[in-house]
Amino acid sequence: MSLDIAISVVMTLVIAATPILLAGLGELVAEKSGVLNLGVEGMMLVGAVAGFISASLTGFTPLGYAVAGLAGLCASLLFAALALTLGANQVATGLALTIFGTGLSSLAGAGFVGTTITRLPALFPPALAGHPILRLVFGYDVIVYLSVALTLAATWFLNHTRSGLILRSVGESDASAHAIGYPVTAIRYLAVAFGGALAGLAGAYYSLAVTPMWADRITAGRGWIALALVVFSSWRPWRLLLGAYIFGAVMTLELYSKAAGFALLPPEMLAMLPYLATVVALAVIAMRPSRGRLDAPRCLGKTFRAGA
Amino acid sequence: MAETTTRLELSGITKRFGEVLANDGVSLVARKGEIKALIGENGAGKSTLVKIIYGVQQADAGEMRFEGAHVVVTSPRAARKLGIGMVFQHFSLFEPMTVLENIAIGMDQALDRRKLEREVTAILAAYALPLDIHRHVDTLSVGERQRIEIVRCLLQKPKLLIMDEPTSVLTPQEADQLFDTLRKLASEGCTVLYISHKLNEIKALCASATILRGGRVVGECDPRIETPRRIAEMMIGAELAHVERARGRTPGGARLVVERLSVSTDEPFGTKLEAISFEARAGEILGIAGVAGNGQKELMLALSGETAAPARAVRLDGAAIGSLPPPARRKRGLCALPEERNDHAAVATFSLAENTLLTARERKALSAKGVIKTGAMRDYARRVIDAFKVATTGADAPARSLSGGNLQKFVVGREILQEPQVLVVDQPTWGVDAGAAAAIRQALVDLAGRGSAVILVSQDLDELLSLCDRLYVMNDGRLSRPLTVGEASIEEIGLLMGGVHGQTDKAHARGDHAH
Amino acid sequence: MRIRLEPRKAQSPAALYGAPVAAIALTMLTGMVLFTLMGFRGGTAVFEIFIEPLLEPERWPDIAVKASPLVMIATGLAIGFRANVWNIGAEGQYIVGAIAGTGVALATYGVDGWWVLPLMLLASIIGGAAWAAIPAILRIRLKVSEILTSLMLTYVALQLLYYLVRGPWRDPEGYNFPQTRMFDEAQTMPNLLEGTQLHAGVLLTLIAVLIAWFVMSRTLSGYQVRVVGLAPMAARLGGFSEKRTVMMTMLVSGALAGLAGLIECSATFGQLTPQFPVNYGFTAIIVAFLGRLHPIGVLVGGVALATSYIGADIAQTASALPQAATGLIQAMMLFFLLGVDILVVNRVRLRPSLAQHAP
Repeated sequence: MSLDIAISVVMTLVIAATPILLAGLGELVAEKSGVLNLGVEGMMLVGAVAGFISASLTGFTPLGYAVAGLAGLCASLLFAALALTLGANQVATGLALTIFGTGLSSLAGAGFVGTTITRLPALFPPALAGHPILRLVFGYDVIVYLSVALTLAATWFLNHTRSGLILRSVGESDASAHAIGYPVTAIRYLAVAFGGALAGLAGAYYSLAVTPMWADRITAGRGWIALALVVFSSWRPWRLLLGAYIFGAVMTLELYSKAAGFALLPPEMLAMLPYLATVVALAVIAMRPSRGRLDAPRCLGKTFRAGA
Repeated sequence: MAETTTRLELSGITKRFGEVLANDGVSLVARKGEIKALIGENGAGKSTLVKIIYGVQQADAGEMRFEGAHVVVTSPRAARKLGIGMVFQHFSLFEPMTVLENIAIGMDQALDRRKLEREVTAILAAYALPLDIHRHVDTLSVGERQRIEIVRCLLQKPKLLIMDEPTSVLTPQEADQLFDTLRKLASEGCTVLYISHKLNEIKALCASATILRGGRVVGECDPRIETPRRIAEMMIGAELAHVERARGRTPGGARLVVERLSVSTDEPFGTKLEAISFEARAGEILGIAGVAGNGQKELMLALSGETAAPARAVRLDGAAIGSLPPPARRKRGLCALPEERNDHAAVATFSLAENTLLTARERKALSAKGVIKTGAMRDYARRVIDAFKVATTGADAPARSLSGGNLQKFVVGREILQEPQVLVVDQPTWGVDAGAAAAIRQALVDLAGRGSAVILVSQDLDELLSLCDRLYVMNDGRLSRPLTVGEASIEEIGLLMGGVHGQTDKAHARGDHAH
Repeated sequence: MRIRLEPRKAQSPAALYGAPVAAIALTMLTGMVLFTLMGFRGGTAVFEIFIEPLLEPERWPDIAVKASPLVMIATGLAIGFRANVWNIGAEGQYIVGAIAGTGVALATYGVDGWWVLPLMLLASIIGGAAWAAIPAILRIRLKVSEILTSLMLTYVALQLLYYLVRGPWRDPEGYNFPQTRMFDEAQTMPNLLEGTQLHAGVLLTLIAVLIAWFVMSRTLSGYQVRVVGLAPMAARLGGFSEKRTVMMTMLVSGALAGLAGLIECSATFGQLTPQFPVNYGFTAIIVAFLGRLHPIGVLVGGVALATSYIGADIAQTASALPQAATGLIQAMMLFFLLGVDILVVNRVRLRPSLAQHAP
C-alpha cells in the first residue's frame, strides 16, 4: 500500500469516527447527569434531515450545521419533557424518540432524495489541506477539529470546573444533590439539551459531509454505536475518542477491503464487525472487577422526583 | 433569660403530616457555646424539629428567633447563610468523587480549588480531624464520611451546628473523636444541637437536654445530674413502669433455634451479623429490641430466607433450614414479615387478593401445578379482611389504596391466618394508628397463645415490654444476653440499647455453652 | 407556581383503558394539523389512515395478516417489559428465527411430509430464543445492559441474513438475485381463506396471545414476572429469582419473535430475501406499550398499528401522503401514550411556590 493510500485510509477513518464521537460526547454528558437517552439515533436523524434541508434550500452549508444542532436540541427537549418533567420511563421514551426521528426524517427528507449540497471546505488553506502528507493533519473541515476540541472541552468541563462537578454530582446521587440544594431536573435538562445539539450536529455530518446527499436512514444505526461507545469509554471523553477512532478504523477497513476486492472475510462479516465488537467490548468492560469510579453514574436511567 | 447568651429560641413550633402531629407546640432555647441534647424515641419528632430549623421543612405554626432576630428559614441555603449547619443521619455524599470534590459541591459559593484545599487542611488540623482529602469517598469508613459533612459545615463558620444521631453509625473510637471536635467547637462559642437517644453519651457530652415525646416537649434536664433511669422514663413515658403484660402463658420447647448465625453485608450502611444465637420457644413472644440500623434488617433477611446462611445456623423444630429459600421455609412453618410494607411485604399496585399469593401460596394452597387458584386467593384475602377488620373496598382493592394501618393489618393477618409455627415480624406497628396497632398486638399475643413462637423485632420499648416474655437487645450486629421481661430494669435495657455492653461478653460465652 | 405530580391512590379503570384511546385521538389530531401544515389534506389523510381500512371488510384480512407478526412479537416483548427486561433486539431475533427455519426448509427441500413445516417452526423458535439468550446471559452473568447488546445483535443478524442470501444459500436458479429458492408446498404456511392473504400464522398468533394471557394472569410464572418487575424486594420475599425471570422472559420474547419471522418469511415471501425484515421488531415495541403490556391489549394495539399501515397505503394513493408518515404517526402514538400514562398514574397538582409564603 502506498503512502498516499495509507493517508487516504486514515483520513476516511477520521471522517467516519467524527460523527460517532460527536454524538457520543453529547450522550456522555447527558449520562453523566444521570439521564439515559436512547434517542440518539433519532436525534441524529432529525439533525441530519434538518441540516440537509436548510443547507440545500439556502445553499449555505454552515447554516445547515447550525439548524441541525438546533433541531437535535429541540428533539431532545421532547425527551426531556416526557422523561424528566413527567417522569416517564427513560428507556421507553428514548426508544420513542428514535422511532419518531426515523419517521420524521424520512417524511421530511422524502422530497430531497437525490439532491446534493456542497461540503464544507477544509478549514486550513489549500497549501496545507492539499499537501500530500500534511493533509493528514490539516485536510479536514471544521467539524472534525470541533469534535476534538469538544473532547478536550468536555474533559476540562467535567473534571476541572465547578459546573462539571455539580453535573456529575447530580448523576451520582440525585437525592444528595437535591438535599444540598441543587436543581436536579434543571441541570439534567441542560445536559440532555447539550446531548441533543451534538447528536443533531453528528447527524448532519452524515448528510452534509460523509455522504453529502439525502438518503433514508442515513445514519444507519451509528447512534446506537455511539451509545455503546459511551459505556465502552467508561464515561471518559478521551477514551470515547479512542473508541470512536477504533470503530472508524473498523468501518474504514470494511469500506476499503470491499473497494479493493481483497477480502479475508466476506463483506457482510466485516460489516457486522463493529456491532459484534461492541457486544464483545461491553462484555469485556463488564468482566473487569468493578472499580467504582469507572462505573456508570449511579443514578443513570432512574427517574427522579423531588420529595415533599 | 439573658438576651446576650441566647442563640436559638423556638416557641410553639407545630408541624402536621396528614393525620400525624409531628411537632406540637415545641419551644426550646439554646445558648451560645452550649451542647444541647434533643432526646426522644423514634417518632418523637426530633428529626422534624431540626429539619424545620434547617429549612428543609416549614413549620405550620410557631416562631423561630436566631441571634435575637425573628427569622423564617425557607431553605437549607438560607439556613447556611444565617450560620446554621447540619449533619444529617444520611449523608449527602457522592461516592465516586474525592473528599475535596465532595466538600466543594457542598459549598454555596464557588471557591478556588487551591484556596479551598488550604482552608480544608487548616480546619482538619485545627480540629484534629484525620481525613485524607484526596481519597475517593467510596474507600472511606462511615466515620470518615461523617467528617466530610462536618468539614462542610465548619467551612461556613456556623453559629449553630445540628447533629442528627451522629453516633448511630460510628464505632466507639470514632464517636470519641467526634465528641472532642464538638467540645472544641462549643468552647469557641458555637452552639451544638445534639440529637440522640444514647443516654450515656448525652451524659458525657451535654449540659442541658430537651426531651420530646409524641411531638411535645415533656421535660428539660441537666443530663449530668439526672440519672439515666429518670431520662429514660421521661423519654419512654411514665406509664412504662406499670405496664401489665399478658400473663398465663407457659412457654414450651424451642421451636426456632438460631445458632452462631453470622452474615456479612455488601450494603454501605449495612450491619454485619456476628454469631447471633437465640431460641424462640413455643407459646412465647420473644422481643428483639434495639436502635434502628443495628442489624435488625439483616437478621430479618436471614430468618426469612432472602439471604442464605449455613443450614445449621437456623433450625426450625429441629430441621436445619438456614440455607432454604423463603417458600421452603414457609412450607415448614416459618413465616416472616419485613418492616417495609410498600413493595417488600406487599406489592403496592397489586390487589389485596394478589398480595396473598406473595407469601401465603404454599401454606394456603393458593396455587396448584403453577396455576393460580383465583377463587381460593380471593377467599383468603376476604378472610384476612374480615378477621382483621381491614377497612377496604374488598379483595380486589389495590394495596396502595389502603391506609398504612389497614395495609399493615392485612399483611400481618395474611401471615397469622397461615398459623405458622414461627412468625418473625419487624416493626409491625410502625407508623400505624393506635387502633390498628392494638389489633396487631392482640393478634400476635393470640398467635403465641395458640402455641406458635413469635419473634417481635421492634424499636418501641413500650410495645416490647407489654407483649414479650423475654427479650434480647441488638447492638452493632450482636445480641445481648436474654432478659426476662418484668425482671429486667429499663435502665439496663436502655444501657444495652445505647451500646453499654456491661455483660455482653458474658452473655455470648453463656450462649455458646448452652448449645 | 410549581407543578407537582402526586400518585393517585386508586386508578380509575376508565382512565386505564382510556389512555391508549386518548393517545390515538391526540395522534389523529396532531397528524391532522401536521399534514395540513405540510400541504396535504390533513383531515382526509388521517381518516384514510385510521378509519377507512376498518370500514372496508375486504381489507380486514390484510389487517389481520399485517397485525399478526406485530402482535406475536409484541406479546413476547410485553412479558419482558413487565419484568423490566428491555429486549429491543426483537428485529434480530425475528431475522434469526427466519434464518433457522429457512435452514430447515433448505435441508428438507423436496421432502414431502406433514412434519416439515412444524420442524421449521420449531427451528425458528429455537433460533429466536438462542439469539435472545446471548443478551440474557450477558445480563445475568456480567450485568451488561440487554438494551444495547440485543440491539447490536440485530445488526449482526441483518448482516448474517445478507451473507446467507448472497452466499451459501443463494438460489442456484435465481439469476444471481440475493435470495433463497422458493419454499415448496410443504414448507409454506397454509392459507385460511381462499382469495385472501389470510394464513395459518394468524391463528398461531391468536393462540400465542391466549396462552400469554393465561400465563400472565393465571399462573405463578406470570405472577413472578410481574412481581420481579414491580417490586424486586417483594419478589425476593416471595421466593422468585430475578435471574431466572430475566432468562425466562428473554427466551420467550426471542422465541415468539423468531416464530413470527419464519411465519412472515414462509407465508408472505415464500423464501428468505433481504427485503423481508421491515422493522416489525421495533414497531412491536410501540404495540406492546399501546397494549399496556397486556396480551389482549397487545392484540388490540397490533390491530390499530396494522390499520395505520394499511391506511397509510390508502393515503399514499389517495392523498399522496408519503409512506414515511406511518413511522411518524406510530412514534407520536407512543409519545402521547407515555405522556398520558403518567397522568393516569398521577394527579397533577398546582402548588404555589414556597417563595410566595415567605413574608
